[in-house]
Amino acid sequence: MSTPLTAITMPKWGLTMTEGKVVAWLRDAGTAFAPGDELLEIETSKITNVMEAEAPGTLLRVVAPEGATLPIGGLLAVIGPADAPASDIDAFVSGFVVPEPDEEGAEPAQAPAPRMLDVDGTRLRYLELGSGAGVPMLLLHGFGADLNTWMFNQPALAEGRRVVALDLPGHGGSARDVGSGDAEALRRAVEAFVVALDLGPVHVVGHSLGGALAALLATHRRDLVRSLTLIAPAGLGPEINAAFIEGFVRASRRRDAVEVLQLLVHDPALVSRTMVEDVLRFKRLDGVGAALATIAQAWFAGGQQLVSVAADLANLDVPVQLVWGREDRIVPAAHAQGAPAHVVTHVLEGAGHLPHMEKSGEVNRLIRRFIEG
Amino acid sequence: MTVKTIRQALHEALEQEMRRDPRVVVIGEDVSGGAGTEGGRDAAGGVLGVTKGLIKEFGETRVIDTPITESAIMGAAAGAAVTGLRPVAELMFSDFLGVCFDQIFNQAAKFRYMFGGKARTPMVIRTMVGAGRSAAAQHSQSPYHIFTSVPGLKVVVPSNAYDAKGLLIQAIRDDDPVIFCEHKLMYDLKTEVPDEPYVIPFGEANVVRDGDDVTIVALARMVHYATEAAEALAAEGIECEIIDPRTTSPLDEDTILESVERTGRLVVVDEATPRCSMATDIAALVADRAFGALKAPVRRVTAPHTPVPFAPSLEKLYIPDKERIAAAVRDVYGYAR
Repeated sequence: MSTPLTAITMPKWGLTMTEGKVVAWLRDAGTAFAPGDELLEIETSKITNVMEAEAPGTLLRVVAPEGATLPIGGLLAVIGPADAPASDIDAFVSGFVVPEPDEEGAEPAQAPAPRMLDVDGTRLRYLELGSGAGVPMLLLHGFGADLNTWMFNQPALAEGRRVVALDLPGHGGSARDVGSGDAEALRRAVEAFVVALDLGPVHVVGHSLGGALAALLATHRRDLVRSLTLIAPAGLGPEINAAFIEGFVRASRRRDAVEVLQLLVHDPALVSRTMVEDVLRFKRLDGVGAALATIAQAWFAGGQQLVSVAADLANLDVPVQLVWGREDRIVPAAHAQGAPAHVVTHVLEGAGHLPHMEKSGEVNRLIRRFIEG
Repeated sequence: MTVKTIRQALHEALEQEMRRDPRVVVIGEDVSGGAGTEGGRDAAGGVLGVTKGLIKEFGETRVIDTPITESAIMGAAAGAAVTGLRPVAELMFSDFLGVCFDQIFNQAAKFRYMFGGKARTPMVIRTMVGAGRSAAAQHSQSPYHIFTSVPGLKVVVPSNAYDAKGLLIQAIRDDDPVIFCEHKLMYDLKTEVPDEPYVIPFGEANVVRDGDDVTIVALARMVHYATEAAEALAAEGIECEIIDPRTTSPLDEDTILESVERTGRLVVVDEATPRCSMATDIAALVADRAFGALKAPVRRVTAPHTPVPFAPSLEKLYIPDKERIAAAVRDVYGYAR
């Protein structure tokens, strides 16, 4: 009788990842682990991140040694009950089939690709993962980012539900025309998108500027929103790091961009050369500079936040949780105090303005627990 | 985002800028071509195929075929530029710069300075460089260092399709004369290139690969050879940082210096001849400004100081290859005083 063994496989983080390298195993073979325990560190061409355990188990056998490079879906390790016989593990390993990349050699044929949707004359790009009966989820990125900011979250959250990550107007692959770029214009675009895709009611997870938009969406269209998870949201206080906003809008060279992007994180090592290059490639496109400047002017002119959602949250009968990085140097974590008393707040140590990347496992668990509980 | 060749990327840059700005015109030998032949107009589409199809959309007032007279092409382009157009002139082989150098070096490059800063000369000269086709001494040179030595000219030496498009659009929008050097063996090289227009600023090097042991500065085709060498060297435990300057004028000195400050070792790879060249210029820059950081002598991997040979076997020896690059890196890495 065979024992239930399962595989830990190379995850896919972001649209362009095709393979990953095992930097280090953080657990020894034969040891048990609990959900959230760090298993191994994986490096892609863009980023290095820790892979955490989703469920309890025992690390029976490490298949991919440190230094090994594997395609997405490649077998990293076998987990299962501690008393699994070695012969079963052998059979599992030899019977494991890595999903074949397509003929282009780039990505597996079934790799999800972003799609475009025209709403109210604006072309918006989005990535949809997952399916099932669960209440769908919408992910809204922050100023200057795009749907790739959710690379560590979207696949994990997409079990049993549709999870849609949107590129806001002026960002990522969406149209460069942002109109006035103000809260009203962006909120309307998000609302039209949710309606056009027939997503609502939906759990909304918003980061930074996207967090403020999520709160505004719930205020204007209560019927479309099931819950709000606001990660380091804008709109809960007047302070914002003006050097970041201005620097991000202005940066056209690598040196400036590195300096600005490092303000986002607690650990500067997260800002890799390719991450910087990706930001610069986006910023070089015609129209992006103007779009970002318009939005920055409408939201953060004079180094102050001009949009406030504190009153919106206070009057809202929607479950709301706040997640903040203690070391946030863009929007101070102290702004969490600006939220009404019924809002649950989690301040994470060792994270800056991107807790969903720096502490992805923890943030994913907080979101799942919140929407399921 | 689509994968495009350098040829397609350059064509797209020209097409998009001509649509955006009616002042942009293309001028050169056979840039449409084919007049009076069986194939008809556009049958040639430029000897490089980059300008093919432009005449259909933009007509012969903006896609101008000329006789074989480089001095007239460059003179017309320089005159058009100071009087309000933004010409992109094709000097088929950079080897022919001798017959039109007055128009480039003593006219276009100097207008801004001779007219009290009131003249702008937004012209681009697209031209082919590089050996490897057994085209002998008069059609195989890489004289971008000659352009680079002239103040008032900007010089672009792209190594891939993404850079080629962004740098050509920047060249067209730039208000100074720009010499845009295309390696003749690289037109079919592919990489991902955004469909939208974008610009890459001049004087911003591309760090192609990270490494802490040896800095390699390489231009154009040599970037790819250096990358191959670096991969082989990584297996030996030597990590190379590869810097592609993208433009030789202006030159991103800071990126080179900062890298050498960290690695302490420099190899410069250049397909051009070594005397008064980019390799020599960059070696001098580092000797002058980062001497204290150097752990080993700077090595230059270049062509020899000789005309490009016709014989394929000799031409192969003439062009730097990955073995020579790797040998130079091992040499500086293992250097002991």
